[in-house]
Parts: sequence; structure tokens; C-alpha cells
Amino acid sequence: MDLRYDESYEAFRQEVRHFLQSWPLRGGDAKLAPEAQEALFRQRAIERGYVYRDIPSEYGGGGQPPDLLAESICREEFYAAGAPYASTLQGPAMLVPTLMEFGSLEQRRRFVPPTLRGELHWCQGYSEPGSGSDLASLQCSAALEGGEWVINGQKIWTSNAQDSDYLFGLFRTETDVRKHKGISYLLVPIDQPGIEVRPLKQMTGGADFNEVFFQDARTPAANLVGQRGQGWQVSRATLKHERNLIAHPNMMREHFEALLDLARNVRRAGRAAIEDPDIRQRLAEIECVVRTNETSNLRQLSATARGEELKCMLPMMMNKLYSTDASQMIMKLAYDLVGSDGMLAPREQDIANYRRGDGATAWVEQYVFSLGPAIAGGATNIQLNIIGERGYGLPRDLRPQE
Amino acid sequence: MHFGLSEEQELLQQTVRGFAEGEFPPQRLREVFDAGSGHDERLWQGLAEMGIAGLVIPEPFGGAGLGILELALVCEVAGATCLPGALLEHALASLAIARAGSEAQRERWLPKLATGESIGTVAFGEHREDVGDLWRPGQWSLQESAGKLTGTKSWVPHLDRADLVIVGLQNGALAVLEPAHGKAPGCRTESQPGIDRNRPIQRFVLEGAEAELLPASEDRDIANSVLDAGLVGLAADAFGAATRLIRICVDYTQERKQFGFPIAQFQAVKHQIARMGTAIEPTRALFWYAAHALEEGSADGPRHAAMAKAQITDRALDIARDAVELHGGLGFTWECDVQMWFKRAMYDRSFLGTPQAQRERIASLAGW
Repeated sequence: MDLRYDESYEAFRQEVRHFLQSWPLRGGDAKLAPEAQEALFRQRAIERGYVYRDIPSEYGGGGQPPDLLAESICREEFYAAGAPYASTLQGPAMLVPTLMEFGSLEQRRRFVPPTLRGELHWCQGYSEPGSGSDLASLQCSAALEGGEWVINGQKIWTSNAQDSDYLFGLFRTETDVRKHKGISYLLVPIDQPGIEVRPLKQMTGGADFNEVFFQDARTPAANLVGQRGQGWQVSRATLKHERNLIAHPNMMREHFEALLDLARNVRRAGRAAIEDPDIRQRLAEIECVVRTNETSNLRQLSATARGEELKCMLPMMMNKLYSTDASQMIMKLAYDLVGSDGMLAPREQDIANYRRGDGATAWVEQYVFSLGPAIAGGATNIQLNIIGERGYGLPRDLRPQE
Repeated sequence: MHFGLSEEQELLQQTVRGFAEGEFPPQRLREVFDAGSGHDERLWQGLAEMGIAGLVIPEPFGGAGLGILELALVCEVAGATCLPGALLEHALASLAIARAGSEAQRERWLPKLATGESIGTVAFGEHREDVGDLWRPGQWSLQESAGKLTGTKSWVPHLDRADLVIVGLQNGALAVLEPAHGKAPGCRTESQPGIDRNRPIQRFVLEGAEAELLPASEDRDIANSVLDAGLVGLAADAFGAATRLIRICVDYTQERKQFGFPIAQFQAVKHQIARMGTAIEPTRALFWYAAHALEEGSADGPRHAAMAKAQITDRALDIARDAVELHGGLGFTWECDVQMWFKRAMYDRSFLGTPQAQRERIASLAGW
């Protein structure tokens, strides 16, 4: 064990820190709108090879050789400075790595640079009304006609579809093979007559996700990623990135620190809640879980950087479940601390700022919202199947219909 | 940056595991467990020959000079293979003398502890009706006056085997006492039958018993550092026990059939096992980190030792309960091996302070 970084990495860290002193942008740039400032800053960070590090510069990335430790330093330092790091939107976070792994040269050239610049927005079309956990049973079809895929059917739980230019997703293109093998991964422009996006109101009151209806919608034949019938394998890559995104320890740390602040500010029986023995027990237990998650992720990072990820396959499979369970522990205690204000409906301004909310209803919002990640990207019961079967080698479920 | 084990550390675990599994198949373990002596001479000799008795003792005194992480790794194997004996307690006694003893004391005791010729243990716990259980320096009330000790220590492991005992005193300092198997003047042992038959415990009543102070232990940090090493050792032991129990359940639920199918094929069972695994497997990194931080003397070491102990031993006992349940009626019998690990997890959870006590420490060390 040696948790220190080599000198070269420490020098790199200093360089990144020095760069980060320019955030938030000062001087003439302050006239820009916040989004434009963020885009400009991120562009500078990309050019210096700090963000989207290992994506070649011809595709708009940092053009650096892959180096997980350097990437991790950038992530840590950007996080500590509160500076915008890699976007967590579906396009840059999920589609780009998938295209870098499976996309054609043409597809990468065409789609990756504008996606990284934040000019091209994406949504993910996987789930269907009848195909949730059993995703491979999906029915939304695409048939090749005159150089175009013609798409019919429906997708659901499609986050951000209302603001997207394109949808990446899975469609049934082959009918004469078993279910996993008949699926292809397509990129589909949203703004066309054959596509209708209808918002779905969430239990939180917001409407981030949608139903997407396809009626003879079209996309060029060249927008197939990977081979025909290979969509399932391609989608596994996207899903891996989605789960990593959900499980990333920075977010949990942020929530925990906010919880500590809440416990310091809320008063109970004439003292701060953080002085109450029961609350202290729960905070300490939660921090044990938070530190477990952080140290386990650090171990996985270190092993992966050394090409030894086989040594930690089990904890890797558990990341998503462990972290969604942990964030629900955090939210449950926060909700207890909020007290009777737990009856209040979240206010609009709290919903908009739920990550750094200080008002009681921001926590009400977060409490409800914390259910989402446990469902998205493979629900908890599916994670348990994966851990049981692939992690511990237990036999597959009984499937009476097969 | 390397957050992981070295080849030597992996080899250490393999060697101890190979020896333990070879010498101590479940049937042999069961004989020792049923006998309840908590000691097996051949096992102790074998471990001593491998250098485990002197693992944390500095090389000049015949030890291997290894650190807290190596100690934790051996404890993990001991937990997984359910080894009887004073392995961790002996190491803590050795650490106390190595860290706080005078040169003469170190020369007198460490070489014999390193070869395993002497067995050491620790007498830290006290119980006071009005306050509860006291494990840490600053809480102890045992009196010392002109080299004579007066007071009672509870839950002292392997006391009837031990050649020397490290005793925690009122001012937070440590003393070495040779109980001569309870025959030394002023020493009395009282029966306190333990739940883990591999690690018997006794009450130690001292009425003017002679002891030698460890001079450097006037600094309370030394006793604290020994306690913290113990917390990580117990966490690692419980981790080993829990992961072994999961393995036992994985095997059993694939053999046992009901309704015509192995019960592992039912999601209720499969998900229960997956939950057990998810509760414990990621914590491996927590006890590695805690052990490393203690070894490096990092400021966050003590707090992480408390976290490892609180989190891992608590989850390990949950897992042990689940393991009994997954074995059905059989799991509730004396005959079923699961009980040996179950009781090991109970000891690991309680010794040196419960998870609840550790969590309060986590809170106060953070200044909450």
C-alpha cells in the first residue's frame, strides 16, 4: 500500500490546481451568461488535457494517453474547486465512450466533437412499456428500407428527450433469431414528423423523463453503431458507464457533507441535533458506509490502473447497489431531521437546486428523488441477481415460461 | 499510488491459509471447538514456526518486524479458517511491549513472545455498574501503587494460557504482569464462560499483584495505538469469518434441494446471499485503509480503525445470523459448523468495545 502519488503526478496536480484558479472565469468573461462561461471554461480545460482526457483531440477531447490516475487527479481537483468537470449528461457521459469503443470512424468524427462541446444533446432509448428489467424482450422495431431504418414502436423513461437532438437506443432489427441477438444500436434524430415526445410527470413533480413514440420514424442506415444484431453488447458498454456515473463517490460525499450541515443546524431539545446520541450513531454509521464506498472505489481505481481489475470484480459489481443503498440511508436521516416539514411539498426553487438545498423542502425533494437512481440503470432486484449469479456463481432463476 | 496488497502480503495470506486449511480441516476445528480449551499446541507451534507469533515484533528481537496491515491480513485468514488461540491478543501484548517497554523489558519478553514460547494477552476491559463497559485508556480505574495492582479486569481472553498479561491502568498507562496461571500472589481468575469456545475469557481479580510498568506508556497514545491495532484486527477477523460464511452458504444452497430445485435457484435465497455479500465485500478496502493509516501514523488512522470495527463486525454478525437462517433447522443445531463462525462474529463484535461505542468515538473524534 502506498497512497501517495509519484512526484510526476503531484506536479501534475499542482499544474491542475494552478489552472483551476481561473475558475470562476474572471475579467471580461464575466459578461457571459453562466452556461456560456461554463462552456468556455470547459473548452479551455479540454485543450489542456484535463477534461475528456483520453479522447483524441481530433474528436474534441484532451488528446492524452489513457491514464486513470491522472484522470482521477483531475476529477478530484475539479470537484474540490467546484469547477465544471466532464458533463454528466447522457451524450458525453454514456454515448461518447460507447462510440469510442464501438462507433465507426465516420460516427466518431461526426458526433463526438459537437457532443463534447455541448452543442449536440442526446437521450437514451432503452426501456419500453413492456420491457424494463427484461430489456432484451424489447419490441420497438427498425427495418432497413431504401438506405434508411424505419422505426415503429415506443420507448419510455427517456430522460431529457424534450431537450435532445438525438436518441441513442436499442431496436429490434432481426426477427428470426433469439431475443438478445435481434437487437441493434441506432442513433436517431429526434426532430422529425415520425417522432412524438410526451413528458411524464414524476412523483417529485418534475418532468425530466418522457415517452417517445415512433411512427415510421427514420434514420440513415449509417447510424447503426456496431454490427446488426450486436446492439446488446454495445449497450452493455453504455450501461457500465451509467452505473459508474450513479455510483461515483463524489456525489455521495457531497450529500453526506450536506447532511452533516443539516444536523448541525437543526435543533432538538435545546441543542443541535448533531449532539443527540442517536443522531450521532446514525451519522457515524452512514460515514462508515461513505468511507467504505470511497476506499473501495480507490482500490478499484488502483487495481484497474495496474491492469489487475480481476482482483476486485465482486466489489465492482456491487458499486451501484452499495451506493444507492447508502444514499437512501443519507436521505432517510435527512428526512427525519426535517421533522414535520416532511409534510411540505417541495418548492419550485428547491427542486431546481436540490443538490445544494438548504431549505427543508429541498431535503423532501431529495428524499423522494433518491429512489430514482435505485431504479435507473438496472433496478436493485436486478443488481441482486447479477451479484448472485455472476458474482457468486449461483444458478440462474427458474424461468417457467422457457 | 497503490491501494492494494504487495506480492509478499498476498503470499503471507496464502501461506497461513494453506497451513490452516491443511492442518485444521473442519473436523479437527470442531474437536478443538467442542473441547473449549481455545488452544491447540500443534497449531500454535506451526504458526510460530511460520513467524506468525512474532509477526509484529521488531527483527532485532527475533520477530518478523511486519506492520498492522500484515497483522490484519493474518487475522482475516484466522477469521476465515476459524482458528482457535490467542493470535490477535498475543500480537497486541507484543506491540505494547515493543512500543512502550524499556530496553531491558523488551529484551526480556519479546524474544520469547516472538518464538511463541511465551503467550501474551491483554487485560483492558472493565465493567462498572453505573457507567457500563470501559475499554479505553482514560476510562480504566485499575489502581497501581509501588508496582502493585489492585482492581478487576473483565473479559480477559486466554488468561489461563497466558504467560504474560498487559494490564491497562487508571492513568492510561500499561503494566506487564506474569500471572503464573493464576498462581502469582495477588492474582485470582474468575470463571466467565465465553460464547466463542475458541477464545475463552476470564475475569482477572488483582489484589496487590506485582507488575512492571511499561515506562513509555505514560504517554496515553501508546495504549491507544495498541487498542486501535486491536480494532482493525477484529474487523479483519470478522471480515474473514463473514466472507467464509457466505462461501459456505453459496455451497450449501446449491446442494440443498426443495420443490425439486437447489434452493439457490429461488430469488429469495439468491438475493439474501447477494445482500450479505454487498454488505461486507466492499469493506475489505475499509480495513485495509485503516490498517495502512495506523501503520503510517496518519492522523485519520484511529478514526478509521473505529469505523472498520463498527461497520465490519456489525455487518459480520448480521451475515452470521443470515447464514444460520439459510441452513434452516440444521443451521440451529450444535452439529452445524456455521455456529463456530457465528460465535466468532459475536466475540469480534464485542471485544474492545461494541460498534455502538465505536460510533460514538467516530463522532467525538470528528468533533461533532
